[in-house]
Amino acid sequence: MKRFLIVVLLLIVIGVGAYFVLNRTDHDDGTAPVIAGAPANADPVARGEYLARAADCVACHTVPETGKPFAGGVAFKLPFGTIYSSNITADEETGIGRWSDDEFVRAVREGVRKDGKHLYPAFPYTSYTQLSRADVLAIKAYLFTLPKVRQPETPNDLGFPFNQRWAMGFWNAAFFRSQRFEPDASRSPEWNSGAYLAGALGHCAECHTPRNIGYGLKHGQELAGQELQGWRAYNITSDPVHGVGKWSDEALVQYLRTGYAQGHASANGPMGEAVAHSLQFLKPEDTAALVAWLRTVPAREGKDPIVVDPAPKAVVASSAMAPGGDDPSANVDGQRLFEGACASCHQWNGAGQQTPNAGLAGTRGVNDPGGANVTQAILQGVKMRIGQTDIYMPAFGHAYSDPEVAALANYVIHHFGGKEGTVTAEDVAKRRQL
Amino acid sequence: MSAHDHTGTVDEGRRQALRLAGGGLAVAFLWSAGMGPAVAQMNPRRQPGDEAAAAADGNPPFAPNAFIRIDADGGVRLVMPSAEMGQSIYTGIAMMLAEELGVGLDQIKVEHSPPSDALYGQPLLGGGQITGGSTSTRGQWQALREAGAVAREMLVAAAAAQWHVDPESCSVARGVVTHVPSGRTLGFGAVAEAAGRLPQPASVKLKERKDFTLIGKPLRRIDSPDKVNGGTQFGIDVKVPGMKFAAVRTSPELAGTLGAVDDSKARTIPGVIEVIKLDDAVAVVGEHYWAAQQGLQALDIEWKPGVNAKLDTQTLVAALQETSRNGKALVGRKPKGEAPAGGKRVEAAFVSPMLAHAPMEPLNATVHVTPGRCEVWTGTQVPTRVVKEAARICGIPEQAVVLHNQYLGGGFGRRLETDQVEQAVAFARQVSYPLKVIWSREEDIRHDRVRPLYYDRISATLGDDGKPTSWQHRITSGTVLGRWLPAAMGKDGMDSDAIESAADLPYDMDNVLVEWAYHVMPPGLVVGWWRGVGPTHNLFIVESFIDELAHTAGKDPLEYRRSLMKPGSRALGVLNLAAEKIGWGGQPLPARVGRGIAVGSPFGSHVCAIVEAEVTPQGQVRLRRAVVAVDNGITINPSSVQAQMQGGLLFGLSAALYNGITLKNGAIEQSNFHDYRNLRINEVPQIDVYSVENDEAPGGIGEVGTAIAAPALANAIFAATGIRLRELPVSRTQLAESPDALKKVAGILTGKEDVA
Amino acid sequence: MVTLRVNGEDRQADVPPDMPLLWVLRDVVGLTGTKFGCGIAQCGACTVHLDGQPVRSCQLPVSAVGDRAITTIEGIGATPEGTKVQQAWLAVDVVQCGYCQSGQIMAAAALLARTPNPTDRDIDAAMSGNICRCGTYVRIREAIKQAATGQPNGLQVIVDGGAA
Ligand code: FES
Ligand code: FES
Repeated sequence: MKRFLIVVLLLIVIGVGAYFVLNRTDHDDGTAPVIAGAPANADPVARGEYLARAADCVACHTVPETGKPFAGGVAFKLPFGTIYSSNITADEETGIGRWSDDEFVRAVREGVRKDGKHLYPAFPYTSYTQLSRADVLAIKAYLFTLPKVRQPETPNDLGFPFNQRWAMGFWNAAFFRSQRFEPDASRSPEWNSGAYLAGALGHCAECHTPRNIGYGLKHGQELAGQELQGWRAYNITSDPVHGVGKWSDEALVQYLRTGYAQGHASANGPMGEAVAHSLQFLKPEDTAALVAWLRTVPAREGKDPIVVDPAPKAVVASSAMAPGGDDPSANVDGQRLFEGACASCHQWNGAGQQTPNAGLAGTRGVNDPGGANVTQAILQGVKMRIGQTDIYMPAFGHAYSDPEVAALANYVIHHFGGKEGTVTAEDVAKRRQL
Repeated sequence: MSAHDHTGTVDEGRRQALRLAGGGLAVAFLWSAGMGPAVAQMNPRRQPGDEAAAAADGNPPFAPNAFIRIDADGGVRLVMPSAEMGQSIYTGIAMMLAEELGVGLDQIKVEHSPPSDALYGQPLLGGGQITGGSTSTRGQWQALREAGAVAREMLVAAAAAQWHVDPESCSVARGVVTHVPSGRTLGFGAVAEAAGRLPQPASVKLKERKDFTLIGKPLRRIDSPDKVNGGTQFGIDVKVPGMKFAAVRTSPELAGTLGAVDDSKARTIPGVIEVIKLDDAVAVVGEHYWAAQQGLQALDIEWKPGVNAKLDTQTLVAALQETSRNGKALVGRKPKGEAPAGGKRVEAAFVSPMLAHAPMEPLNATVHVTPGRCEVWTGTQVPTRVVKEAARICGIPEQAVVLHNQYLGGGFGRRLETDQVEQAVAFARQVSYPLKVIWSREEDIRHDRVRPLYYDRISATLGDDGKPTSWQHRITSGTVLGRWLPAAMGKDGMDSDAIESAADLPYDMDNVLVEWAYHVMPPGLVVGWWRGVGPTHNLFIVESFIDELAHTAGKDPLEYRRSLMKPGSRALGVLNLAAEKIGWGGQPLPARVGRGIAVGSPFGSHVCAIVEAEVTPQGQVRLRRAVVAVDNGITINPSSVQAQMQGGLLFGLSAALYNGITLKNGAIEQSNFHDYRNLRINEVPQIDVYSVENDEAPGGIGEVGTAIAAPALANAIFAATGIRLRELPVSRTQLAESPDALKKVAGILTGKEDVA
Repeated sequence: MVTLRVNGEDRQADVPPDMPLLWVLRDVVGLTGTKFGCGIAQCGACTVHLDGQPVRSCQLPVSAVGDRAITTIEGIGATPEGTKVQQAWLAVDVVQCGYCQSGQIMAAAALLARTPNPTDRDIDAAMSGNICRCGTYVRIREAIKQAATGQPNGLQVIVDGGAA
């Protein structure tokens, strides 16, 4: 009995010790590589604005359409409940107006609020931990120049045990390392800039890297793609078949700057937001750095890999204006819906007109038999502003039934991806809940 | 013989109205004809106001009345008392006038009428210059032919005088008077001046039906040529020198108001001229509409919540249900005698949604306000109301308002309202230049004056023979008529539009109780006319329920209806014709395919539609075929009747399948054609239209097809699936064969290539 | 300043590059036959041709036109298909309010140019993007067939109102 107690005690000591070791804070201020859009000698507010863009703060902290910038309240539907982003304007009562520099830095890099409570990792402190203190404070300086918005926090909607913020300490112990960015001297300065842009700022991995059962990132599967909030973030490793290995540099640059790369991809959903709010504003040098880094991400196949059919039968047989190559007895419903509401922009050969972003041919969305992103795009539409141009696709979810959306998604996958879609009405119903 | 003779003990005033007008919106307005001072209305003879009107219209040598102008060169111009919004009324009016005047349709030019109740008042609508309620042909049929005849007699008299012959020896054709014995001829232009000096004949003889050369023929619309080459000018196409363009946003919450507006970004946009405001709306003016729209998007607008901030559709429906149960109900039709005791009781409750009009041409008006004057260009169904409102807003006399009516890119009742024009005037007052205000489609739908929401409870008791021994129907809704023409409400406060096609059933039943409970709508939620209004809703309830009774009684829906109708009635005539044409009861139909019948007598006509639909295992509805039989009395233009029945039916089917306006936080949730769907050509079946020929006075046509559509579809869906719809639009998820059907991969199993 | 070739004529317009062609045509060039119905490429009222291909001008930035030839409803009658379609539209008397018809005719003319003898399915594929609130679809189908074959196809025959 006594021995047992000793063992228990020892385990507790080891556990507590491990907890603190694993949760130790990296006290280094950290340094950042050269970011073309935010040179170290520039005015901190201007740097902060650029860095805040590069880190895409606005997307998560502003309710689209109706919300005030950075006032929070955006819902994140996670597998275990819904949480809401916080107000990061300088309002004293409801925002971060009373936060000291240290408190702000700690929140951004360690995920701990002013009041000492843990933040949930939907806020990507897991990536931001790499940021230099100077960069974090530049962002703060910028935020403090913006209009203060009085908007109290929306309470999270989480069940037990997820509503116990202290428990995040264990999660952090398991999945989070406080650690500043470490330049790789063996790589070019450009690559290092890209790594910082992608890792510390752009937090690409938060969406593109698969997560384990504990919601921690699977580092062995880095950037191999995952599904999140109903959307698939695709494999962006250098895998030539399943990733972006075959894309030219120009295509990658074009995609990051416009949300569109001919024959490869057209961004919508969360990636559309990333382009619209963040990536399109990067300086060309920074985009190039991002691409240089992306090129070196080890190739991985990922889960449910997508193989793009470069020349599906129906696309080849269709012209811009008229369909061809479809099996006339298959999916008449889907084709009817497409010809009514979709063809005038996407066109039968998937080339896309009015805006090139309407191009479907060759994209991974239409080559994914599960149809996650096709379904989401149909349900939610696209609304983003790139440069001076609005890219708009209506959200059809309101007036089109589940079987209709499923039939349409399957038609699109069949026609533009040359594959049999497997979307059911039930799937669509579930996606509507996401 | 009118179907309305079977309406039981409708009170005498209402009964009178039904007989005269034969139903529809007109019933309501006819009441106003008997009230107050004598109302001005169109007259085939020259009226006091016509002289000025003719003078303003180029002062032609011959202008015998408000409708006909003949120029010295023989040109014939006809002034259209009604507005053309697609219903082909310009062609119908031109045919009525030309038939008696003696010209070919190809020889005339038509003109929009200036605003004037005195000259162009619609007798069936209380004398206002109003195009609506499918009344134009009904109300003008006598007066316009007479107007043509008056003019012809004067032209003939002038020619006869010049020749010194008996007018009786002259004939008229294609704008030429011929002295038959001598073969001498004179064109209208040559005698116009002289004819203009002659007195008007006190009476004229109208042609008999057998002598018609135009009326009754399927003639090409007179407005077709310009509509196929882009030449027709709609309101939105008006060009006025110096004109600027405005894009508008009105408070999304109905009854909300405008708070602070930050326009700093908008003002930096090239082409943006200024930002102007009203209590509940803001507009950006630009050099072109695009600049205005971009400016509008760049505004940072704060809206102040109003009384509806918490209003949603569920609350509204619940409130109507409460009124239906506990509110005061007015009796629209009283049961005759005592219902026998016993029998099988059947009950049902229905919800009919609010509906938007979404005319293809978004609402717009061009307005130029100068000191003491206001000039308006717009397409409206109510020109004189526009003048009145513009005068009120500008604080000037009505004579100081000039209105140029235009072709309407669809009306459907939306342009019976003046709200958008009023707003445009209020904005235009703030600037010095002519301002074209266009509502985006989003504004158009979010600020529609919607067809009312209705909640209905209906019940019947079936006797041993399966026929109803009693029938009770309580309708609950807001009132369109009560706002739009309060004077036309019944003295007890009854809204006769709300009970139209519910009180006047085509079925021979005695113990019928029809009631209407008025539900006061929240402020800002303004209900308006819609293509078919009351009857679209009531026919859905009544014909769904009759179908249900037939089913309960174990009878064929056609036979059951027949058994309830008086032999020889016009409604029975169209029922039989439609059934025969579709081959009712012939070949068995495939699985999950059904045919639905609906019959009724809306708008002074009688109509039966039979729709054949397939419901896929996943609940998708495919229209396969439709047959419509109509008895609208004397037909002016069979081509127009066919087109209106087809188009009207599709308008109604679109709504039944897809449309419903819903509210959230006091704002309309729908905004454009992606969430307010319209049938597309690939969903449209063959639609055959058949007419019953007779000598009855013309009935209405524009709304008849719409009113009969929903019940025919709902009954077809019942026949295909056994599911009785209690609510519109059709909830397709509910129609799936089984929950398992929804687990199957969509498309693979539903594909069939058997629909036209 | 952009130069547009509209119905065979060069037109200059001093407009922002992202301005949709629709508004350039209507508000700057002054050709109002092309209609605004939805602004989101769902109704087809704004359809024009670029080098013979139908596009939704409400969503097409004017800068994307390039040197392609623009044909609008005002100019479509100068093409063989346009003439045929307009004549068939009159023969069947398709129009009601007429507001959608510019777009319908442009879509139909483009269809016939590439498929001189369209089937029902061809018509569906080409015409389903065009909404008609008045519901003229039955006659549109008929008119396209008449335009293709030159033969009336079953609906009642419309006559000229020359009598009386
Ligand atoms: S206005 Fe362009 S498609 Fe509707
Ligand atoms: S004719 Fe009116 S919308 Fe088509």
